[in-house]
Parts: sequence; structure tokens; C-alpha cells
Amino acid sequence: MKESAGTTGLILNEPLLWEKGKKGRCGFSLPRRDVEPSPPDEDLMGEGPDFPDLSEVDVVRHYTRLSQWNFGVDTGMYPLGSCTMKYNPKINEKQARLRGFSGAHPLLPADLSQGILKLMFELEGFLAQITGMDAVTLQPAAGAQGELAGMLLIHGYLKSKGRRRSKIIIPDTAHGTNPASAALCGFRPVPVKSGEQGILTPEAIIEVMDEDTAGIMVTNPNTLGLFEENIQKIAEIVHSKGGLVYCDGANMNALMGIAHMGKMGIDILHLNLHKTFSTPHGGGGPGSGPVCVRKYLKPFLPVPRVIRKDDRYSLSEDFPQSIGKLHAFYGNFGVMIKAYSYIRSMGPENLKKASQLAVLNANYIKERLKGIFHLPYDRPCMHECVFSDKFQNKQKITTLNMAKRLMDYGFHPPTIYFPLVVKGAIMIEPTETESKETLDLFIDACQAIADEAKTDPEVLRQAPTHCKVRSLDEAAAARRPCLTG
Amino acid sequence: MKEISELNLPDDVRYSETHEWARLEGDTLRVGISDYAQDQIGDVVFVELPEAGDLFGKGEEFGSVESVKAVSELFMPVGGEILSVNADLEESPEKVNKSPYDEGWMIEVKIDDPTELDRLMTKEAYIEWLKGVE
Repeated sequence: MKESAGTTGLILNEPLLWEKGKKGRCGFSLPRRDVEPSPPDEDLMGEGPDFPDLSEVDVVRHYTRLSQWNFGVDTGMYPLGSCTMKYNPKINEKQARLRGFSGAHPLLPADLSQGILKLMFELEGFLAQITGMDAVTLQPAAGAQGELAGMLLIHGYLKSKGRRRSKIIIPDTAHGTNPASAALCGFRPVPVKSGEQGILTPEAIIEVMDEDTAGIMVTNPNTLGLFEENIQKIAEIVHSKGGLVYCDGANMNALMGIAHMGKMGIDILHLNLHKTFSTPHGGGGPGSGPVCVRKYLKPFLPVPRVIRKDDRYSLSEDFPQSIGKLHAFYGNFGVMIKAYSYIRSMGPENLKKASQLAVLNANYIKERLKGIFHLPYDRPCMHECVFSDKFQNKQKITTLNMAKRLMDYGFHPPTIYFPLVVKGAIMIEPTETESKETLDLFIDACQAIADEAKTDPEVLRQAPTHCKVRSLDEAAAARRPCLTG
Repeated sequence: MKEISELNLPDDVRYSETHEWARLEGDTLRVGISDYAQDQIGDVVFVELPEAGDLFGKGEEFGSVESVKAVSELFMPVGGEILSVNADLEESPEKVNKSPYDEGWMIEVKIDDPTELDRLMTKEAYIEWLKGVE
């Protein structure tokens, strides 16, 4: 396909189900009663739920139409930077639906859950191998809880060594949740600026690292999509003062099978299975944020842990130094199955290739768009690249206008106004799953929008014009939210 | 977004490097954010302010302002005690955008050290500062 995907195709309206139903309609036939009726206790009776009466076709059309209003990674390119919106292979869904997995109850005894425990045990091993770390917990529900787990691990470890510390260093190119996670654990986040090249300098860390600092939370590659080239040196500085190095691994899609996080000096690393390991993201979630650690932190990992003895698997709570439990039962197991399926279907060579292609795609976009949009840090990037609206500001066109206009061309907008270190940031992460043809269409759309900014800026201010709904009043929605139908 | 020449920058306030303004009214100091700041952050949807009686040093964070783009911290242009806060902003945060120096004021402060005020920028100095930021 050479032409843009965005058209003004017919989009069907659809009312709320409650407006659609009609008394007496039914979607299925109730089975014939084969027992005597028994009236329930009067005290337990009340008004029945307010469900509309609908036929099967009413329900099918309703959800089909709603799905057509939506835009997902199955619909088109979703270059939301910092989020790794890669395609979710359908084989993963198939595996997660296997009856032995989907029908399992979390309270089944270990003897009846050997397959499930084995999958968890092996997934831990794969993640350790991919990252170059020694041990893994699969319990955290998503990235931010993984960060909190990491902070609790640092606290637990330092306490066992008799070190009481109150601060955590957080660079301005870290993920936004990092300072929040540190603060939630009782640490005081100490901000540190990245250098002129968009990465941290050892000098900046020497200046803030002291005996009251528990460690650093560094995102690598950082939110500018740049590799923290001084990471090893920085880790040495932090370690020399008795601190630990936490790495936010949300951007691991650039490094699978390429970088050895342990050798880089990382003590703790979280992964986002819903980003790097292709499980659904956002509304399609839930997420999963495993935490990988070096061996000296293993005793502190959350319980219960899966252990193997004589080829039998079981759950153990017998880890007296553990930081405790983080999630009901064992984490979001359904997500683990999908990540396991992804890793097994890709294999080590293809995981590495996925990272290589993710980086190649991002650099292709960076090089092709760099005259069209302002590129604040012009250096080879990792899996994503960050532009700004500086060129378009002359026409009083902002990042928001251009992001809205991209929808008219059939693309999901990239991440905007993040990271905060770039004014009017446009953060593009194509991922490895987009072909060169799709990337070229996206680049053409960006070029067309930059041209429109010069020749017809009003069309950008009115955008989107092809979507089901036009530009929404975000301020009114945030000031006076309407949370019911 | 406004050019520097389009900004409303009154003469009767002093400006900080973090884009707060401060106006001395009798013994108390009123503080808000500049036209440049409100223009940059966009439509304000929530303003988080301290409580009367809270004490802050110069440069300390006294609250935050949330816009459709991001949450930005608010910093004390001088040190002192919070005398009152603009309760109207709870219901009408848009006043920060519409009237940054008047109805969109944020806090009133009892200053610890009046000489700290001299270290804030005049309109002319602030314009020069903004040229460096741009």
C-alpha cells in the first residue's frame, strides 16, 4: 500500500446497551430446570440488576462497532514512545487459553500444578539469562510495582548490612514513576541533570553520591532513547560508597541478548513483560513487572518462590529475609504464559534480532525525520528517538496539533510532551514489528504534516477531522470529569 | 504559544528563574506563576497549594500545578510563612491561565528576609532570562 491509511470511511453510531434493549429479548435459551424450585431467603432478596434485554445480534453488533471506533496495534502503527507497543503474536493468546492454564485455580496444591510451576520456574530462568542477572521474581503486577519491589529490596539489603540511608539519586531522563516509587518506599529522591549529550556524566554522580544515599534509579536506555554510555563508571561510583544500582528496564527492547546488565554493574532490574515480551498493554493488560537481581539480593526477593527439588516444583515461603508478599497469589500468571510463549517461539537468536531491528527502525525514523522535525540530541539512538516542535513553533503549531493530525493519516500519535527535558517533545518508538513500507508511510505522513504547518496551519489546529470524534476539550474533561454514562 | 514580545509581564511584580512572580502588598507578598509559565504548561486543570501556617525556605516546593501536559512544581521565590492561599483555584483552576497576576494568584507569604526580594528579577531582567531559555 502506497497511499495513506487514513480515510473518512463510514463509521457506524452505536447507542448504550441500555438504550438498545427491549423487554423480552434474549440472547440464549435457559436450560430446562431439572430440580424443584426452592425460594431463596427473603432477606437476601432485593432489586435485580439493571441489565438490558438483548438478542445475540444486538450484542455482537454492539461490540463489533465499538471495536471499530478503537485504534489498537492490530489496526495500525502505534509508535507510542517509552511504551513499546509491539505487536502481540496470537500464538501467545492460544497458549494462555490452554485448559490446563486457564482452568487452574490459584489454591490448587503444588502436586496438581506442576506444569504451571514449571512454567514460572523456567520463565524466571529465561529472564535471568536474557538480562544477565542471577535471580528473578515474577510477582510484581507491572513496572511501577517492580520499581517499588526494587526499592524495598535495596532497603532490605542495606538494613541487613546495618546501613541506614535516606536518599535515592534519580536522573532527569528516568521514567516518571521512578521518583514516586522511591518516595513511596520512604526514600527522598535526589534529582540529577543529564549532560549536554543527553546522558549522565560520572562527574554529576560523584557530586551527589554520599554515605546517606541508598543508590541510583537509572533508566537505560534512557527516556531520550540514548544508551547511558557511562553506566559502568556510574555503577562503580555508587558501589564505592556502599549504594546499589537499580535499572528501570522498561526500555529493554533495545538490549535483549545484546547487553549484559549484571556486567554493567546493575544490581536490580525490572522488566515489563507487557512491553518487551509482547504481552498486551494498557487496556489489553494486565501488566507484569518481574524484577531481576544479582545473587546477593536473592534472599530478599518476595515470597512465595517457586523452588525445584528432584524435578518436582513447589512454592516456598521459607525465606526469612524476604521483603514479603507483593501480589495476591503469585502475580499475573496469564501474562507470564504469554511472555513464556513469546520467548520460546522466538528463541535466543530471534530475540536478539528483534532488539536489533527495533534499534534499526528507530534510527531509520530519526535520520529520515531529522530535517522535518527538530532533533535536540543528534546521536545514534536506541529503540526510540525524541524530536521537538521547535521548527513548527514559528507557525504557532505545537506538538499537540501535529499529534492530532497524525490520526487523520491513520497512525496512533507518538508520546508527546515527554520526556520533560525536551520542550514540546515528540517521542517515537516504532518497534521491530513495523516493516519498512509502514515506516515510510509514517514518515510521509510526518512530512505532509510539516508541510501543512507551513501552508495551511489551520487544518492542523482543527485536527483530527477524519476520526469518530473531533479534538476533545481535554481541560474540561480533566476539570469536570464525568465518570458515569 | 506566545512569543516573548506577546507576553503580559507587569512592572509591579518580581520574577523568579522558575517563573513564579511575587508582588509586595503592604507587609505580605503575593505569589503566582508568570504569563510565560501558564502559556508553556497549557490549560491548568488542578492546583495543589499548601496550608496557611506552613513554613518554606526560598526555592522550596510549595505546591504543584497540573495541566493537560504535565505536573509542574511550584517553588518559593522567597522564604517565609504561608498566610493564606487562593481557595478559588480549587473550583476554578482556569484562573491561572486567564488572569495569572490577578485572580490566578496562589499564595500570600509573610517574608522572613525582605532583602531576598531584591534578588528576584525585574521585568527587564526576566525578559533577558527568557531569551536565554528559548
